Amino acid sequence: MSLEEAEGTAGMTPNPADLRRTRASQRTLVWWAFKKHRLALVSAWLLAGMLVVIALCEFVAPFDDRHRDSEYTTAPPQVLKLWDTDGPDGFRFGLHVDGYTSTQDPRSLRITYEPNPEDRVDVGLFVKGEEYRLFGLIPMDRHLIGPEDPGDPMYLFGTTTDGQDLLSQLVYATRVSASVGIIGVMLAFLLGIVLGAVSGYFGGWIDNTVQRLIELIMAVPSIPLWLGLAAALPAQMGPVARYFIITTILALVAWTGLAREVRGRFLALRSEEFVTSARLDGSSHARIMFRHMLPSFSSHVIAALSLSIPGMILAETALSWLGMGLRPPAVSWGVQLQDASKWSVLSGAPWLLIPGACVVLVVLAFNFVGDGLRDAADPYRH
Amino acid sequence: MTDPILEVRDLHVRFPVRRNLLGRTTVENHAVSGVDLALAPGETMALVGESGCGKTTLGSTIVGAQRATSGEVVYDGLSLTAMSERRRAPYRRQIRMVFQDPFSSLNPRFTLRQIIGDPLIATGEARGSELEDRIAEMMRRVGLSPDYMDRYPHAFSGGQRQRVNIARALIVNPRLVVADEPVSALDVSVRAQILNLLRELQAELGLTYLFISHDLSVVENLADRVAVMYFGRIVELADTASLYERPRHPYTEALMSAVPIPDPALKGRGGRILLPDELPDPADPPPGCAFARRCRHAEAGRCDTGEIPLERDAAADPLTGRAVRCVRRDELDLQGIAVTPS
Repeated sequence: MSLEEAEGTAGMTPNPADLRRTRASQRTLVWWAFKKHRLALVSAWLLAGMLVVIALCEFVAPFDDRHRDSEYTTAPPQVLKLWDTDGPDGFRFGLHVDGYTSTQDPRSLRITYEPNPEDRVDVGLFVKGEEYRLFGLIPMDRHLIGPEDPGDPMYLFGTTTDGQDLLSQLVYATRVSASVGIIGVMLAFLLGIVLGAVSGYFGGWIDNTVQRLIELIMAVPSIPLWLGLAAALPAQMGPVARYFIITTILALVAWTGLAREVRGRFLALRSEEFVTSARLDGSSHARIMFRHMLPSFSSHVIAALSLSIPGMILAETALSWLGMGLRPPAVSWGVQLQDASKWSVLSGAPWLLIPGACVVLVVLAFNFVGDGLRDAADPYRH
Repeated sequence: MTDPILEVRDLHVRFPVRRNLLGRTTVENHAVSGVDLALAPGETMALVGESGCGKTTLGSTIVGAQRATSGEVVYDGLSLTAMSERRRAPYRRQIRMVFQDPFSSLNPRFTLRQIIGDPLIATGEARGSELEDRIAEMMRRVGLSPDYMDRYPHAFSGGQRQRVNIARALIVNPRLVVADEPVSALDVSVRAQILNLLRELQAELGLTYLFISHDLSVVENLADRVAVMYFGRIVELADTASLYERPRHPYTEALMSAVPIPDPALKGRGGRILLPDELPDPADPPPGCAFARRCRHAEAGRCDTGEIPLERDAAADPLTGRAVRCVRRDELDLQGIAVTPS
């Protein structure tokens, strides 16, 4: 049969859109489908923004995470203003916030702060502030936003009961909490994919062993398991070591669900003829598993990945909030929310719940992105 | 007589169905029970039978995708079944398989380049421009434009996918190709193209084919010899012309009666033979002839006792001669479908 005839049997239309489709890789097809999911796209941008904040956290935060102003404890959030009209010389343009006046309740001795429009605190972009090293390397002292005079109070999200800037703390906590989620999930996925793949691909006693192990881990209630493992950590352990160990503990508990899912996929794919043919082609077991089989559901793995990050973030938050996870001076959302766990404090300072809102926002964003990816990766839709 | 390129000797393949508490198999299915076959270099042998008769299992045991329970697969005088995986690896490149399903046999995430080149990439046999050249050359050979190299299988029709399958099988220069129903998933119009391609490639490359099919009309034009398989056994083995002219096993006759005959003058001579009943339970084979319960020529007392051997004609060449597994083989006058001028 000649080439022309073969071309004829192709039945391919010269329509450029079709041509684009036939040449598109799976990844491109998934992206095209994902773009149609509005909420997921917005969430993806939000998460991208979060990643930028994590990377540039020292620059974005007005103060560093150890900054503490004992003059202003539990001060309310300030409103960022672009101009002011009641200054000494009438209308004046310029970024500023109102300073505080404090009043002490004569009976409870509690100090409360009120914004004071008379006391103008000039705020600037790219101002000089505390020194830091960007990415741990480049020495810098500029901050994205901050008071023109480093001594002035500028607390856009208010301050904590210790007089720390909630916004700065939140920026640093985002780095810790989100990275616990992301790194923990990566670890869990590494474990889950390898064990699930081996279990489903080889079957037999290997499968049995892995499945019984999974059942064992799943049968233990997770909160007591985390608590037990976390309680076993020595109290004098440094914040960095503690961070990594907590992440590992969360990952060791979280891999089981994914391992089951991956195993199921491998079991289903194992009998496909393309797997048999890969074996006959002389591929090694590892090559068949990770080169031939895994890519056929990698988009599902990525979707599952973004769907399980929220669980990890919530776990860390819960653990830290209970005081068993990260501890001050490390800041995470859970550590921050500890402050808000007393009603007496919260009733006077509702802004302490802002980290909680942040948790909700990020968890929802990861869920939307995960849903979007899962729908986009569904092969029955294209 | 030349030495056979492939011999299958008393091959058995059994699948465990149920195990007891100690993990010992208590019930097993006999997919292939005692098959003997020999293929001469350059010939095409068709293996026909209904679904579930064990023909695919036999094919995949020959290429090494399936383990033999007992018996031997001998290639060029070397017993492949006795070899370790490692020692067998080079022979896997000489005996290749073309799969039945053009959809599930191509990895949907691979481009044609990756699919066709995979046997070379996996073992590092070729890389870079040599790899590229060999893939392009192979694609041209099977009638695909090398321009399609970077496309994914979803862009191709069933017939084209089957060309890809053939290209992947042939890229390592095999001598023997086991084609497992390569055209049964294709449109009738595309079938002929693929069958012609297989025939051309055989002539060009001197290939030997074991062509598995459930359709005798496909086999007629392609095969030199036909082995009819029923319930894991060969029941009749003959060269194509004589088999079609005069089958000697009642099962072969029944298969023949299912072949549509386009000539109205010849139609209705034999009539369609409808087989009653199902295949026997492969976990519990009946004594005697496995076909007896469905056979219209079966005689009680003769067909349902003992083991009925596959008997060769005394005068025939032991490699290529005719053989029939039926106690009444010499008594029956069965109806073939060969078009004989009247």
